[in-house]
Amino acid sequence: MIGALAAITGRTALLSLRGSGGAFVGVVFFLAVVVVVPFGIGPDLNLLARIGPAILWIGALFATLLGLDRLFQDDRDDGSLDLFFLSGLPLELVVLAKAVGHWLATGLPLVIAAPVLGLLLGIAPLPLGAVTLTLLAGTPALTLIGAIGASLTVAFNRGGLLVAVLVLPFTIPVLVFGVSAASATIVGPVPFLPPFLILLALTLVSAVVAPIAGAAALRSSME
Amino acid sequence: MRLSASGLAAVRGGRTIFADRSFAVASGEILALTGPNGSGKTTMLRVVAGLLPPAAGAVTLDGKDDVAQAAHFLGYLDALKPALTVLENLDFWRRIFRSPGLPPLDALDRVGLADLADLPAGILSAGQKRRVAIARLLVSHRPVWLLDEPTTALDSEAERMLGALIAEHLKAGGIVLAATHRPLPVAASATLSLGRAA
Repeated sequence: MIGALAAITGRTALLSLRGSGGAFVGVVFFLAVVVVVPFGIGPDLNLLARIGPAILWIGALFATLLGLDRLFQDDRDDGSLDLFFLSGLPLELVVLAKAVGHWLATGLPLVIAAPVLGLLLGIAPLPLGAVTLTLLAGTPALTLIGAIGASLTVAFNRGGLLVAVLVLPFTIPVLVFGVSAASATIVGPVPFLPPFLILLALTLVSAVVAPIAGAAALRSSME
Repeated sequence: MRLSASGLAAVRGGRTIFADRSFAVASGEILALTGPNGSGKTTMLRVVAGLLPPAAGAVTLDGKDDVAQAAHFLGYLDALKPALTVLENLDFWRRIFRSPGLPPLDALDRVGLADLADLPAGILSAGQKRRVAIARLLVSHRPVWLLDEPTTALDSEAERMLGALIAEHLKAGGIVLAATHRPLPVAASATLSLGRAA
């Protein structure tokens, strides 16, 4: 069974890399957000360095939501979803395996790009490390929460914007604790660790809740 | 092995598609589901596969109700990813279904596509995709085949090939349910005809 789930993870990652270039679109979008913000805010380096982690987080949040709607839609459209039902694999684990694959192809590149983009915002090395660490810990939660939205909208054909609107409110706690942990290393007085631990907890909770909720949504979509 | 259904009914969108249908198929037998468009052939197959809950009745395999775990489903969708090669597609389903049958290359050879193994599935013709979907039934072994219009898009040579594969599967003690409105390439053991729902 582990082999089958690894195959699902691998295929999901491979398809988003090889298919419509989902991973690169996400990184390019991330880059666009980060590059545009300084033009809007002005060339105040101190200000940029202070709000830099927040900009990176917001950029990563939107980039993650891009392309999430296809996560289950493609499998439903080509009949793969039916075969997953018949495979006898627990659907919860199928959802988790797909979310992991999606994160590897779309979330991980964002984490890797973050330190480079952070330089554009003039973030100091220590906070830059902190924000990258929080993204590594927090973006899986974004993908997992997004997977619930993707499985809920699988019955509609055009779920794109709907997924983003549905999912966005539920990602706010992740954003809040991710940004506060990262900002703690710049402004204080909050220490880094407590919000970071809560961020980890959010990721762990969503790793449990998202597969169960996603599988339930997919089952009801079969009706 | 014996696949049986009793008092089966299906309701879709508040409309009764069929009601009180019963059948039994034993090892080595093929049941043909016939009927005009909209008579519920596909719905019947999906209910048997467990993809749709029946409104009434039950489907059992040897008295147990885990038909899904023993069934291959060949629907009108081919479940192929255009961006992956033919071989990658087959290999994936082989790993998902976890009961090894023929190696993917041998299965492709049986459906006459061995030369195309390394091509992306997206560039295949409809008939070739159908052949790959049929090869999927071979790469992992499951005793019950649920085939929905299996001959769609196939040329006459491929129809004969499918007939031979079905005959082989039946000879090995398999069970086949085929929904079709065209003659099957093998003689059906029995026919269940679904009338137009009133």
